[in-house]
This record gives sequence, C-alpha cells and structure tokens, in this order.
Amino acid sequence: MAAVNRATSITLQEAADSSEQAELARRFLYHMSLMREVEDRIERKLYRQGKILGGVYVGRGQEAICVGAGMAAKPDDMLYPCHRDLGLYFIRGVHPRQVFAQYMGRVGGLTKGRDGNMHMGDLNLRIVAIISAMAASIPVAAGSAFALKYKGTKDIAFVFFGDGATSRGDWHEGINLAAVQRLPLVLICNNNQYAYSTPLEKQMACANVADRGPGYGIPAEIVDGNDVFAVYNAALRAAEHARRGLGPYMIECKTFRMTGHSAHDSGSYVPAHLWKEWEAKDPIRRLETLMLERSWADRATIDEMNAGIRAEVDAAIEWAEKSPYPDPATLTQGVYAE
Amino acid sequence: MPTTYLEAIREGIWEEMERDENVFLLGEDIGVYGGAFKITAGMLERFGERRVVDTPISESAIVGAAIGASFNGLRPVAEIQFADFISCAFDQIVNFAAKCRYRWNAPVPIVVRAPSGGGIHGGPFHSQNPEAWFVHTPGLKVICPATAYDAKGLIKAAIRDDDPCIFFEHKALYRRIKEEIPKGDYTVPIGKARVFREGSDLSIITYGAMVYEADEAANQLAGEGISVEIVDLRTVLPIDEETILESVRKTSKVIVLHEATLTGGVGAEIAARITEKAFDSLDGPVVRIAAPDVPVPYSPPLEEAFLPNAAKIVEKARWLLNY
Repeated sequence: MAAVNRATSITLQEAADSSEQAELARRFLYHMSLMREVEDRIERKLYRQGKILGGVYVGRGQEAICVGAGMAAKPDDMLYPCHRDLGLYFIRGVHPRQVFAQYMGRVGGLTKGRDGNMHMGDLNLRIVAIISAMAASIPVAAGSAFALKYKGTKDIAFVFFGDGATSRGDWHEGINLAAVQRLPLVLICNNNQYAYSTPLEKQMACANVADRGPGYGIPAEIVDGNDVFAVYNAALRAAEHARRGLGPYMIECKTFRMTGHSAHDSGSYVPAHLWKEWEAKDPIRRLETLMLERSWADRATIDEMNAGIRAEVDAAIEWAEKSPYPDPATLTQGVYAE
Repeated sequence: MPTTYLEAIREGIWEEMERDENVFLLGEDIGVYGGAFKITAGMLERFGERRVVDTPISESAIVGAAIGASFNGLRPVAEIQFADFISCAFDQIVNFAAKCRYRWNAPVPIVVRAPSGGGIHGGPFHSQNPEAWFVHTPGLKVICPATAYDAKGLIKAAIRDDDPCIFFEHKALYRRIKEEIPKGDYTVPIGKARVFREGSDLSIITYGAMVYEADEAANQLAGEGISVEIVDLRTVLPIDEETILESVRKTSKVIVLHEATLTGGVGAEIAARITEKAFDSLDGPVVRIAAPDVPVPYSPPLEEAFLPNAAKIVEKARWLLNY
C-alpha cells in the first residue's frame, strides 16, 4: 500500500542556483504573469464592461499549479485542464487573443462561440476541453492514458481538478480504473479550499485529498501549491512514475482561491483573515522575490516582461473584439460528422 | 447454418477486431467470463488482455475511458452489462461524448453496447428500453437492430462511425432470432429504416423486438384480408423520416409501436412528424402502442400485461381500420 508523501523534496528556498533554474524561473514567471494579466482583464475589466456575458472562473492565486505541472509535461502528453488552469493553454501555444475571443463568444475563440470561458480544447495541441460537471474528466483522462499505453508510447496524461471534484463519483471511478489498469495518469488536485461557497470541511471528512491515494493503491503527495518549483518537481516525479509504467500518481497542491467562485460572486463567505493570509503567499510575488534574491532577474527585467505582457494582452483584446460573432446560419452544423 | 442475433453481433465485433488494431473492448465481465450474455466469448483468448479489458463495476468510468481512448486514436466498444445500468454513465454519454464535436470539433468515435428489453422476467432493473433518453440528445446515434443481418451490419457500421453510437441489443432476440446471413464483411447504413413487410392497408412503424410482434399481428390480420406494412426503423436517432412518410402516404393509416413506455417515447416524436408532414395522407389518428407508464414488473402476468404484443396490436389495428 502506497503512503502519502508529505515532504516537498525541493522548495523555492532549496532550488539550486543555476542558469537552468534561472531560465526555468523566467518561463514560469512569464506564463504565470500572462495568466494573471489575461484573467484580470477578463474578470475585472471585460466582464464588468459587459463585454463578457457568461460565466468567468479564474485561477487567481493558483497560477503556480497549472504552470508548474504544465511545464513538467512533454508536448505529446495529454492535458485535461480544469476551469482554473488557463496557463496550460498558453504553454501549449494557444494565443491570448483566442482566449479573449472565446470569452466574448467570437469565431476567433477555440470553440468559435459554441462554448464559453474555460470550456475549450484542441486535440492537435493535445489539450481536452472540460465539461461543467466536475470530475467528468478523470475517467476520460484515464482513457487517454489507456490509449497512450495501448499504442506503446511513453506519453502520459495529466488531469487537473479541484477539491470539490473529489466528491463526485466520476473521480473515484476514474482513479480506481486507472489504478487497477496501472495507467500512466498524473492526477493534480488544486485544493483551493472552497468549492463555490462550500468549505473543505463540508466537502470531505479526511484531512487531505492525498489521503485518498493509498485507498486506491496509488502514491500521493502533498505540495505547496503556491510554490511553482515545488509543483514542477512533484509533477516531474509523478510523470516519471507514470512513464515507467508504475501507474497513476496523485499530487495535492495546497492553495487558495483568491476570488469568489466566479465573477459574480464576491466570496463574502470567506473569513477575511484567509484572504490576508493567502495574499501574502501569492505565487507570482513569491517567484519574483526568489528570482531577485538569487539574481536570476533584476526588477527592471521583470518590469519589462510585465510591460510586454500588458502590450500583448492589449493587442489580443483588440483582435478579439474585431473577431466576428458566429453566423446563426451555422447553428446546426457540426453536431455530427459531415 | 442460420446465425443467431447474438452470434451475429459477436461475429461483427470479432471481424472489426481482426480488421482494425485500434478497436478494443471494455466492460464488466467481458473477458474471462465472455460477457453476461457471451457476446465476447473467446475474444480474450483470441485478442488478449490488452484489447479485451475487464473493468471494475464503474459504468461512468467505462464510458469515460472509452471517450478518452477515442481522443487518442482508438475505437472503443464499451459494454454496459444491462441497458438498465446505462443511467450510471448518463453524464459521460449525454454531456461529454455527445457534445464534444459540436463544442470543440473533437470527434468521439465510440460504441456503447447495451443489452435492453423485457420478456425475460428480469424485473425493473434488467428489462428496460431506455433509448428515448438518448434520442433526446443531439450528437448521439441510437441503434436498435431487430434482425441478425442488421445486428451484424449495424455493429460494424457503428464501430466505423465517427460519432458516438449507442447500440441497444434486445436480449429477448439474442437466441430466438436466427437467419442466414452473409459470412464476412458487410455493413448496414446507420439512419436508414427498411420495409420489413410490405402492405397496403396499414403501416406499423416499429423497431427492435416489436418488429416480430407486429409481424405476428400482420399474419393474423392477413387472414382477414388486411394487408399490413411494417417499417423497421433499425436506427431511432437519426430517424429515417423519408421511409416512414413514404409508408404513411401509401397506407394512410399508421400505428407507431415500441416496447418502451409511452410518454415521451420515440413514438411520440414519430407521431408528431407524421402529423406535421403527412397530415393530408392520413385517414385516421396516428395510434401509439407502447408499454404503459410503469416500471417493468417482474411477475409473469404483470410483465405480460406490460409488454405490447400481437393481440394488443391486432385489437388497435382493427379499431384504426374501422375508423
């Protein structure tokens, strides 16, 4: 029976000073900052301006998880994001303008206006669109892992979910099937402690999501989800385990949702001290501090990068606003193979 | 030698497994045991554990894994042990599989096989005909073969189809229906009905096991000089409207018959289409014959009262002919 590994083998503080680490840190910071900027614009500008009408679910404060794990994945690995994992799309080469167009319901979005917000995917980029029922992706990702093994590849599947998703039957069925079949599946939980308004203690009676790993006979570990190096290194360990044919591996990333559930929700049910406590652990600020301390970057370089991101995002929004709405005449197309 | 309906499905799957390395099977008790109804008997021995996968009792994971495997180039054939359990996988079928192509252009070429139907004293959880739930879901194809020929041709067509197909096999037909069918490869097109029996006085639009009840009723009515046409839909989504309307225009009187319960059933959709599109051809109301709106009961007299049969069809047919 596998045990829960509570140690994070490498933390920000322990990260080796090397040019490789510095380069990795710069890439982490770029993707995390891009995700933050894109989602800030979506949630705090475009939504409030009425330019986005549907649901808006962002990963503010959780950027280290999708970016750390996404960077540990190889390009041919399958990615199954949840709805707070925008960074995965950028890592796979989706352009911010496609994301804005997606949110605005334009043809320039990945689903061409047929679905909204984070419900987007592209099989060519090996990234699968989530559906709204939480945890439905777990057995589907297990199926991808099955096929990758079936075809004799060393590719694996990564599936992302929140703490709330772990209460659904699909979560349990999917993990159990993957465990029995020893499928190359990496399970990444962003435990942000709230599922809409429901706090963790009303979601489950065990202390950690990772405690459930041994119940399925798979290894599970807990990492600081606001430490991108910790997530990255854990994801590498998990991926190695899966690629070696040893079966699924679970990582629970402890984090906090620094917004309401969605743009319409202020999160008034969250005790004020928690916002303060977790604001101090902001993953982007932490990474910047580390990079400055280690002289991996100076303030001017980081400011320059952020200015570049803002300009990129400005241009992306402009592009998306010019992207046309879908033609209603296309309403009934593409339900079936044509 | 005649081939049973069961053997025809098995032969179809077997041939597709031989033809395409990407076809694989998953489900409960399908490997070592050969499936609850022995559809997959011998397949583990021939194709190995890699391609014949015994799963935990997890219908949602079975269908979910089939979907994911299809994203990576496989052609999964998932078995739901009894169609009654397909509701456990409902979300994966109607929300995941059915909507991927429309939402983000991701094809989901999977087949979900489900032994359905009553008449075997299976009771409320081993007898249902849940096709209408799926007919109400755009993006799916729903197949209900009645003959051994169609069962083989349609399972092969479903495995080759690029959209998610739900394949309802009627349990009461498995060993009862036997016919000569071609050895080797052929397919039957999905979405095409066929005229099972030609006639001129009355049309019965039906599918699955009810085709045979309709046929028996037609035999009885033929003795009274009444000529009944039977349209076997074969696929209930998409519905072959043309063949239905053609028959209605020919006979002017129509019964829509199914074993599934009445309200909100496939028959309601067909009746609506007939009244919308062939109203001027009708010489009487579109009559529906279906099971009453109750769960499928266990005890033989109750089950017999529940299931539509030739006698009930003859009675309604006489009423309609005299209308």
